[in-house]
Amino acid sequence: MQTIIQNLVFGLFVGSIYGIGALGLSLVFGVLKLLNVAHGEFVMIGAYACYWIFVGLGIDPFLSLVIVLPLMFGLGLIFNTLLFEPLTRLETETKIRNSLLVSFGLGLVLQNGAQLWWTGDERSVQTSYAGLGFNIGGVVFPYTRLATFALTLIAIFALWFLLQHTRLGKAIRATAEDWEAATQAGINIRWIYLVTFGLGVACAGIAGVLLAVTFGFQPNIGFVWTLKALIVVVLAGTGSVFGAFPAGLLLGLAEAVSGLTIGADYREVVGLLLFLTVLLVRPQGLFGKE
Amino acid sequence: MMLEIQELSASYGDLPALRQVSLKADAGKIVALIGPNGAGKTTLLRTIVGLHRPTAGAVLLDGKPLHHIPAHQIIEHGIALVPEGRRLFGGMTVLENLQVGAYSERARKVQAQAFKQVFEIFPVLAERRDSLARTLSGGMQQMLAIGRALVASPRILLLDEPSLGLAPIMVQNIFTVVQRINRDGTTVFLVEQNARTALELAHDAYILEQGRIVGHNSAAAMLKDEQVRQAYLGYGGKAEG
Repeated sequence: MQTIIQNLVFGLFVGSIYGIGALGLSLVFGVLKLLNVAHGEFVMIGAYACYWIFVGLGIDPFLSLVIVLPLMFGLGLIFNTLLFEPLTRLETETKIRNSLLVSFGLGLVLQNGAQLWWTGDERSVQTSYAGLGFNIGGVVFPYTRLATFALTLIAIFALWFLLQHTRLGKAIRATAEDWEAATQAGINIRWIYLVTFGLGVACAGIAGVLLAVTFGFQPNIGFVWTLKALIVVVLAGTGSVFGAFPAGLLLGLAEAVSGLTIGADYREVVGLLLFLTVLLVRPQGLFGKE
Repeated sequence: MMLEIQELSASYGDLPALRQVSLKADAGKIVALIGPNGAGKTTLLRTIVGLHRPTAGAVLLDGKPLHHIPAHQIIEHGIALVPEGRRLFGGMTVLENLQVGAYSERARKVQAQAFKQVFEIFPVLAERRDSLARTLSGGMQQMLAIGRALVASPRILLLDEPSLGLAPIMVQNIFTVVQRINRDGTTVFLVEQNARTALELAHDAYILEQGRIVGHNSAAAMLKDEQVRQAYLGYGGKAEG
C-alpha cells in the first residue's frame, strides 16, 4: 500500500514538471500558431544551465532559476528573431508545417551542440539536502520534490496572473484569439510573438531546472520531453493553456500507475496510449472547449 | 477634408479586387459605400487600415499618406475599424474586449472618459461587463464591436456591414447609435449591403461594383435615383407608393 501511494506521490511531483514544460509549448502554439518541436531541447538546455551554475558557481539549483529564467527568456528572443519570426507571416497551415521543419532542425543542432560541448556523460545535480525529507506513514516526501512542486505552482500562478490581469497579458490573449483584430486595436503582434516565445522557452527552462534536481540527464533527453509536452498539450486540449498543468499531473500519475502494474520499461507507452485514446474519444482534449 | 482615397488598386494574387478607387470622406460626415457582395468593399476597408497592401494609389488622412504605416499604428492616427463579422475576442470578457480596444497610446490618454462614453451609449455593456464576449447575442456583440472601436476615441470610424445578421429592430438600434456617434463629432465611413438604411443615414454615398466606383452622389439624391433604386433598393422601376 505504501509503495503504491509513494509511487503516486512521485508521479504527481514528476507530473508537475511535465505540466510546466507543456505549458510553454501550449502557449507558443496557442499564440504564434506554430509548433516548436525543439521545446524539449530547451528543457535540456535549462537542465544544463542549472548544472553548470551549480557546479561552476556553487549556486543552489533552485536559486539558479534567477539566472536560468532570464537566460532562457533571452535565448527564446534570439531564436524567435532568427528562425521563427520569418514564419509568422505565413498562412496558418504552411506556418505549422514550416515551423515543424525549422524546429526539428533546431532541435538536432541543439542536441548535437550539447553533445559536442558538454559530452554525452550523464549529469545530475546532487545537493547536500538531496536525500532529506519527511515521512508520513511510511510515504517519503523529499524536500527537493516538494520544492519542485511548489515552484511549478508559483510559476503557473505568475503566468496566470500575467495573462489574466496585465495589459501585456490581455494583448497576448487578444493576439491568440484574432491577430487582425488585435492589430487594429494597436497591438504590435510581432512584439507579442517575440515576448510569448521568450515566455515559452522560459517555461522550458523551469522544467529543465526542476528536471535537473529530479533525474539524471544527457544531451539526448530533448526528444522525450518534446513528446511528453505534446502528449500533455493534446490531453489538455490545444486551446487550453492552463489545462496543461492538470494534464501534466495526470500523465505523471498514469506513468506511476503503469510503473507499478506493467513495469517501468513501458512508462512511455502509457503516455502514448493516453494520447491516442484522448484523440479518439475527446479530440478537443480534457479541458478544451467545443 | 479628412480621409481621401486616390486611385487605389489592390489585388489578391493575380485577381484584382480594387481598380483605381477614388473617394473622399469629409470631416463630420457619414459616408456610405454600397455595392453587391464581392464588389471589394471589405478589401477597401482592409486596405485603408493596413491589413491589405495596395498595388497602386494612396490613402490620405488630412493630406498625409497612410498606406506605408504599419497596421498596428493606424489606430494612433484616429482610424478605427469595426470589422465584418465583429471579430470579437470571444474568450475574453466584455470589459477585457474594451480594455484591448483601449490598448493604443491614443486610447490610453482618454481612457476613463472614453469608457464612460461607451457605457453611456451602450448601458447593456456595463451590465454584462463580466460576460464572455462569445456568450452575447448578435446585437450585443455588434454593440461591443463598436464599443471596442470607440474606446480609442477615433476621429473616423469605419464600419463594415454592421447590420449583418441582426434582427431589423437591432439594425435600427445600431444605426441610431451610429448617428449619435457622428453627431458627437466622429466621421463615419459605412460599408453596407443594406443600401436603403445606409442611404437614409448617410450624407454622401458611393457605389462600388467589381472593384470600381461606379456612382457618387449625395445620399438623398441617390435614394431618388431611378437606377440606384432598381439595382439596390428593390423597386422594380416604379415610384414608391
